[in-house]
Amino acid sequence: MTKEEDRNAVIKLTNLCTHYGDVLALDDINLTVYEKEILVVMGHSGSGKSTLFKNVLGLMQHSSGTMEVLGKDLSKLNKKSLYDLRRNIGVAFQNGALFSSLTVRENVELPLHEHTKLDNSTIQIMTRMKLGLMNLADHEDLMPAQLSGGMLKRAGLARAVVMDPKLLFFDEPSAGLDPVTSAQLDTLILQLRDALNMTIVIITHEMESAFHVADRITVLDKGKQIVTGTKDEIRLCEDERIVNMLNRVSAIKEVDGDDYIRRLTE
Amino acid sequence: MTLENDQRLNFAMLDDGTLRISLLGKWDLKEKLPPPKWLQGLVNELEAISKIKFDSEEIDTWDTSLLVFIGRVDKFCSENNITLDMSGLPKGVKRLRELAEAIPPFEDTATHYSQGPLLSEIGKTTLELYHGIPRNLEFIGEVVLSFGRLFRNKAQFRSVDLMLIIQQVGPNALPIVSLVSFLVGLILAYMGAAQLERVGVQIYIADLVGIGMIREVGALMTGIIMAGRTGASFAAELGTMQVNEEIDAFKTLGISTIDFLVLPRVLALMLMIPLLTLYSGLVGTLAGLIIGVTVFDISLFEYYQQTIQALNLKSFGVGIFKGAVYGVVVAISGCLRGMQCGRSALAVGEATTSAVVTSIIYIVITASAMTVALYKLGI
Repeated sequence: MTKEEDRNAVIKLTNLCTHYGDVLALDDINLTVYEKEILVVMGHSGSGKSTLFKNVLGLMQHSSGTMEVLGKDLSKLNKKSLYDLRRNIGVAFQNGALFSSLTVRENVELPLHEHTKLDNSTIQIMTRMKLGLMNLADHEDLMPAQLSGGMLKRAGLARAVVMDPKLLFFDEPSAGLDPVTSAQLDTLILQLRDALNMTIVIITHEMESAFHVADRITVLDKGKQIVTGTKDEIRLCEDERIVNMLNRVSAIKEVDGDDYIRRLTE
Repeated sequence: MTLENDQRLNFAMLDDGTLRISLLGKWDLKEKLPPPKWLQGLVNELEAISKIKFDSEEIDTWDTSLLVFIGRVDKFCSENNITLDMSGLPKGVKRLRELAEAIPPFEDTATHYSQGPLLSEIGKTTLELYHGIPRNLEFIGEVVLSFGRLFRNKAQFRSVDLMLIIQQVGPNALPIVSLVSFLVGLILAYMGAAQLERVGVQIYIADLVGIGMIREVGALMTGIIMAGRTGASFAAELGTMQVNEEIDAFKTLGISTIDFLVLPRVLALMLMIPLLTLYSGLVGTLAGLIIGVTVFDISLFEYYQQTIQALNLKSFGVGIFKGAVYGVVVAISGCLRGMQCGRSALAVGEATTSAVVTSIIYIVITASAMTVALYKLGI
């Protein structure tokens, strides 16, 4: 991996602070995401992951600090420029956030219809391709309510990448999925980065998934950034909270099923 | 409750100052537990206790209730410097107690709702209303701009969505509009006739019902029905989309939510409410005719002639104009509350309620304003 200074920053957050009313939700976050890397943001529920995600997308106002996304300072953008910027960003939401009145195909096609002047047949081919990539080609005419949780996530991901964005956000890819589906989704994310050269930011609290896909990991706790570094740097980190987190995962890995119940009660 | 009354406990005082508590039978959450203070009573009765230990050989089943009981004994012992020996407890109790104590209570993530003094609550609510004004005006401004884009053919929405909403708010509302309008026409006719009969001019029922329904009541009834039916549905739809992050998804896709979601709804209601108003007026007039002819012995032809003479194009125009205004009020209130909705099921309910209340309040305000203005203008 090249030195950090040599690579282009896609997102650069400097001294970012955000409040929810009187509560400080993000406290002095300094974070840089480089081109073509997968950065995983980790933390408990309530640690500020989602707030960070909404800040960077301009869905929520921050209190102080600067945020540069794809070379643009978010606080200096007007509404129109913000909408233009977002067209270069793909976002896959936790539960897919598919538009419930449209079929899967219509959902994926929508950004192409709205933002390009492509003819219908081209749009169809592009949509099929992305749905095929997500293994959803046979389900394109279903309504979102007819899909399972994993399929909703994949359909949401197909819509997020249909415009080939430079930057992709993925909110909780493994939440609510069984381990097998979750692992498949992780592999898909890695393939996407390699095939489409995307920079990907993933928000998760699943350690295993994080260590599978990440180039670098940032850990948040109570709105503060505890550590940011490569997987090895995280493993070597001596912060008590990180050590506890890593230990808990290895403890769970050792036991399974009946063994776990036995350990609980004996 | 004294200890002796509890069938599940047995006590023995040993020579070395140790109290042995034998646990018997079923320890079930459905049964009552010994109250927290029972041990104090016991200690007062007995000689000095230096140690407590358990015997669980005759216990049948146990669940969390036993853990709670042990917890209380443990607390009591540590407060009174008594040694507690847990070795006689069933397997797993000790382990579960360790687990329960190992996880610290969560901090910072729970939101604490507290109600302040009355005056401060009134102040807060007033400030919230005050700060809401610019947000509401901004929303109305955005809708106006969106209409501007519509006329320049630049608005982003799907015509198929517009057609679907038109069908939902127009034709699908006909039954309820018919029912209410017929009832109102019927009531107007009866109430009017009771007065007009006294002076023998029941033929003027036709004027009263015709002008009343076409010019005023048809629009008002349609507006209020649409506030409850369509305004609420707009708020609930958009609110649910907010909960499902669909609104966020639109924003991140660079698609204007005002153009895509609000504009077709406002447009559909603006197009449909004038038609529904006209329909409501006609149904009301028909109800008046039925009552006039069947109950008050006015001939069909007479009633028809009287109605035609009483009505002019201006009455229709005023009714339809008022209907269109109520349509805009209902659509904007519904969409506004839906878009401002929080991110929970509770918030969707609140948004829906608020949409209906806001719509009706603004219908009343605009209706009064228009009535006064039209009177002053002599229309």
